[in-house]
Amino acid sequence: MKALLVGEYRQGKLLDGTYETIAFAQKLGAEAVLFAAGSEADPPRFDGKVYLADAAQCGEYNPALHVKLLQEVVSQENPDLVVLCHSSYGWDLAPRLALALKAAQVSEVVDYADGAFVLPACNAKLRRQVRPKSKVAVVTLQSGAFNLSGEPTGNPQVEKVAGTVEEGMSFVGYEAAEKGGVDLSRAEIIVTAGRGIGKPENVALIESLANALGGEMGASRPVVDAGWVDHSRQVGSTGQVVSPKVYVACGVSGAIQHISGMKKSGFVVAINKDKGAPIGEVADVLVVADVLQLAPALISALQEGEASRAAG
Amino acid sequence: MKILVCIKQVPDMESRFKINGAGNWYDTAALAWRMNEYDEYAVEQAVQLKEQVGTGELVVFSIGPERVKEAMKKALAMGADRGVHVPDEQSHERDPFEIAAIIAAYARNENFDIIFTGMQSQDRGSAQVGVLVAEMLGIPSVSTIVAFERDNGGVKVKRELEGGLKAVVKTDLPALFTCQLGLNTPRYPTLPNIMKAKKKEIATRAAGDLYQGDALAVTEKMSFPEKRTGGLVLEGEPADLAGRLIGILKEKTTVFK
Ligand SMILES: Cc1cc2nc3c(=O)[nH]c(=O)nc-3n(C[C@H](O)[C@H](O)[C@H](O)COP(=O)(O)OP(=O)(O)OC[C@H]3O[C@@H](n4cnc5c(N)ncnc54)[C@H](O)[C@@H]3O)c2cc1C
Repeated sequence: MKALLVGEYRQGKLLDGTYETIAFAQKLGAEAVLFAAGSEADPPRFDGKVYLADAAQCGEYNPALHVKLLQEVVSQENPDLVVLCHSSYGWDLAPRLALALKAAQVSEVVDYADGAFVLPACNAKLRRQVRPKSKVAVVTLQSGAFNLSGEPTGNPQVEKVAGTVEEGMSFVGYEAAEKGGVDLSRAEIIVTAGRGIGKPENVALIESLANALGGEMGASRPVVDAGWVDHSRQVGSTGQVVSPKVYVACGVSGAIQHISGMKKSGFVVAINKDKGAPIGEVADVLVVADVLQLAPALISALQEGEASRAAG
Repeated sequence: MKILVCIKQVPDMESRFKINGAGNWYDTAALAWRMNEYDEYAVEQAVQLKEQVGTGELVVFSIGPERVKEAMKKALAMGADRGVHVPDEQSHERDPFEIAAIIAAYARNENFDIIFTGMQSQDRGSAQVGVLVAEMLGIPSVSTIVAFERDNGGVKVKRELEGGLKAVVKTDLPALFTCQLGLNTPRYPTLPNIMKAKKKEIATRAAGDLYQGDALAVTEKMSFPEKRTGGLVLEGEPADLAGRLIGILKEKTTVFK
């Protein structure tokens, strides 16, 4: 089997996800070549052929041109699989490339067995096994599902590729998230408010619980998007990556984009009224309860503890 | 301006899922259904755009069993003008390529200026259909947008990238956009608008008239993930649970004494 891996650069730097595509090819025992629109200054550490387009000319985000370049590489290499990360770059490019190659696309792969790909469905409550019927398949990998066992090594054999296309679309520039706010990466204890808290009035309750535990409050994305909590508190792939000693997720279902931001936490407590919520998979303790009832009980138990210690 | 918004109906994700008899999908009996969350942002953006422009037409499109009309009616109550339904009891067996081919076949002769879809569905999460439709129609598309504004006859949008970064992208029209959480706050349909929506037309188009090709991928099997063992599950009354949880935190972690 032969795989064409698609690496990913952002603002001139190679992203770690690129190494996950290498790990995936290793797991499959596939021969691999790599393509990336990036920079010669920071080539992927990879033992093999790298088709490198210059991002300064070809753009880091220019889907039509990247598809054209990849099509050329595919016609030279004849891979069975084209592998991308399931990221803002990958999920945007993969369907375009798949259509150009008349190939099946399979998204967010977490495993591979007997010629079929395994993917999560319904917020990871289910797993789906998908078999492509086309000669070549384009797949995107769930972030974190395939990791290299050691440090990436190797010197690539770089082959330059270039091209141009006319497009009705143009990339204007990047815009960074506003700075300031809270740096959750330093917090030892984080108590996160998820959509399960129901309404903005309940944010104060989660904040009190965070205070009672001596930690910071975090939030899942819908809570931030609704304007209940500031963006600087968002945990996840489009928020902050955190690694506290204790993480308490309140009314958080456990979507992969959330998990990817908190999976390095030491001890994970999930409070959820749904016993089947996917957050249970990563929790050391799943408390099946209504957080609006449990949080006040926790706060008063903690305060009683304080009081008896003070008296004691 | 002529706008198309494509929506899907999905189960409530908090449901207790079962596998169907064929073993290749979830059992659709006894589930609560709703509009796919990402499509709600698409509908809201479409309605806002139509309100800004003041003239034109907004069409909502959906493929699936009879029940998907419920989600379409919500879109009509939010402000879409009319609906086009492709009845299909087996739509879950179609892959994203076939779904996109049906939508593209419908849209091809309708000359829409803008098409909105959700960035992905909540049940499959393939994140393919919108981008595929645009590619099939030969128009530009931008995925995962979190901001949208008109700009000199074209459109300026923000794409969401990882780690809080965004990309600003401009495009000519016609174009397609896939919508992400954070783009807007979907409105709740008001009672008068729900009543008005009942009179709006939902036309039917047969899937077979639009597309007759094959799928490029098949779902062979649906299963439950292996449960990770070791995690403790606590159930009971809040006061009792609070005490037990604090006990565990003191015992298992170093931050509580
Ligand atoms: C490209 C992309 C990037 C994303 N980036 C992020 C990110 O950075 N961070 C992030 O968090 N998400 C992100 N998301 C969104 C993510 O997919 C989920 O939609 C989101 O994490 C869900 O948030 P939630 O768990 O709070 O809400 P939901 O999924 O709605 O879950 C609510 C949970 O609360 C429970 N619940 C309800 N009521 C109660 C109650 N009274 N007591 C206890 N439990 C209750 C429910 O059982 C449910 O499990 C991203 C999505 C995409 C597509």
